[in-house]
Amino acid sequence: VRATATILALAVLVALPAVLSGYAVTIFILIFFYAALAQAWNIVGGYAGQLSAGHAAFVGIGGYTAVLLFERGVTPWIGMFVGATLAAGLGAMVGYLGFRFGLRGFYFVLLTVAFAEICRILASNIEAVGGAVGLYVTFTGDPRQFQFRDPRVYYYIALALMLGATGVAALLERRRLGIYLTAIREDEMACEALGVDTFKYKMLAMVVSSFLTGLAGTFYAFQTFSLQPSAVFGIPLSVEIIIRPIIGGAGTLLGPLLGSFILTPLAELSRHYFGQSGLHGAHLIVYGLLLVAVVLFLPQGAYPFLRRLLTRERA
Amino acid sequence: MAVGLTLIFGVMRVVNFAHGDMMVWGMYLAFVLATHAGLDPYLSFVACAAILFGLGLVVQRGLVDRIVEAPHEMQILLLLGVALVLENVALLVFGPEPARVRSPLARLTWELGPLYVDVARLVTFGVAIVLTLALSLLLFRTEHGRLIRASADNPYGALVIGADVRRIYAVAFGIGAACVGAAGALVSPILPFSPSTGLSLSVTSFNIVIIGGMGSLVGAFIGGLLVSVAESLGAVFLKPSLKELFSFSLLIAILLFRPAGLFGKRS
Repeated sequence: VRATATILALAVLVALPAVLSGYAVTIFILIFFYAALAQAWNIVGGYAGQLSAGHAAFVGIGGYTAVLLFERGVTPWIGMFVGATLAAGLGAMVGYLGFRFGLRGFYFVLLTVAFAEICRILASNIEAVGGAVGLYVTFTGDPRQFQFRDPRVYYYIALALMLGATGVAALLERRRLGIYLTAIREDEMACEALGVDTFKYKMLAMVVSSFLTGLAGTFYAFQTFSLQPSAVFGIPLSVEIIIRPIIGGAGTLLGPLLGSFILTPLAELSRHYFGQSGLHGAHLIVYGLLLVAVVLFLPQGAYPFLRRLLTRERA
Repeated sequence: MAVGLTLIFGVMRVVNFAHGDMMVWGMYLAFVLATHAGLDPYLSFVACAAILFGLGLVVQRGLVDRIVEAPHEMQILLLLGVALVLENVALLVFGPEPARVRSPLARLTWELGPLYVDVARLVTFGVAIVLTLALSLLLFRTEHGRLIRASADNPYGALVIGADVRRIYAVAFGIGAACVGAAGALVSPILPFSPSTGLSLSVTSFNIVIIGGMGSLVGAFIGGLLVSVAESLGAVFLKPSLKELFSFSLLIAILLFRPAGLFGKRS
């Protein structure tokens, strides 16, 4: 049943752009993009339970690297992997410091925030990378330069990013590594006592997660054609990344996707409607309320809840 | 401001992510009181503190209380949610333009020999010291303070000797929020603010508290001084926009090598 459902869902997503309006395609691109980010975060934040609040840094590194290389004649198709590798390098550094020195919970949150903020401050002060203004990509419309005239191409790339991240997460989940990560989240001490090298697995999760996030960063840069330090390195983006998997269900395979499918359209529509009447920030109030509600009533997230509901009905 | 956060964290091991936004609400309250009731923020800070005390009480009783037992992460997320709501309600009500409260005091300066001293800053500094002292007295010299500290050290123990731990938590959270409200009102004539100020205020106060030491009032005070000195020096020797770099680097160093902070107890 699961395989048919997956294939059916994929078929629908692949066929959708044929019937969607331009605006709807844009919303779907955002849904996939944020779902990819959410899934990447989920690997370290959900499965391994290491609450990183600085994932925006990896988006920024991925985006900046690809754009800077692009300005020097390197195609973003290569640049995105360079950027992702650098993001993974930063992820490894933050992870190494955090995990080696045993920072947990709030302390780990602060460490990741501090690193992301340092990236933001550096990016906005170094003129060579555009300073506070940021970087702009000159439009060429050349597919070899990761630029497309047809937004539907972005749709498929974003879809691929989401599926790729989900595929990686699925792979991890099935292997022993996934079990180790969940065990680390539930009881790290017990895990260590059983002889599991928790440091190694947490590092691995962090590196994979930041690599995937870096890839998405390049996509962001070449889909929006601009990078501003406060937008790609800032805390608000990190919040956007965290909130989807939490609301959808952290540590589950489909939770982050569900989170993005719920929140992204909600955010976009309310931004669209309230923004026009000058009521900015309405979608963030909704975020906040949802977050409070989920923490209080559905601490596992929406996906496990839905699944329970469905299986109960079938039984 | 950091003193309030320390109290909340010290007592309940809860990290208040809504801290900066509560402070911004303190500022806006001072703003509203000044424009509509003509109250000077140096008087109205008492009212702001009282209102924020109520807000803190409600947040604690209605929300945090339900998940005190839950892992730290959930509390962080919960308060992040509260922060988002507070910030954006402020945005809806007051708009994104920076505001500033006018106070005749803010324009006065005293000449002390070669130094010019801003009266407003001096008053703020004085009230901060008085608040820190008053809180220390409350915590270490009164029965209620003893109970607060007892609940912090060992909630079950405190429960056993008959303390109403939930009520104590609520009061502590309320006092913490009240400190923030007072601080917000006091700096409102000095510091222009907008709803989005809350985030950076939260981050700054976390810096201060971590550097000074979680759960230590003196630490919070000294941490505050250290962070401002580090940032001012950074602004003098490098570009002003780079000043935060110093406090974040300091934060990382402290997190790694002395996670309990300079004045915190090792746990």
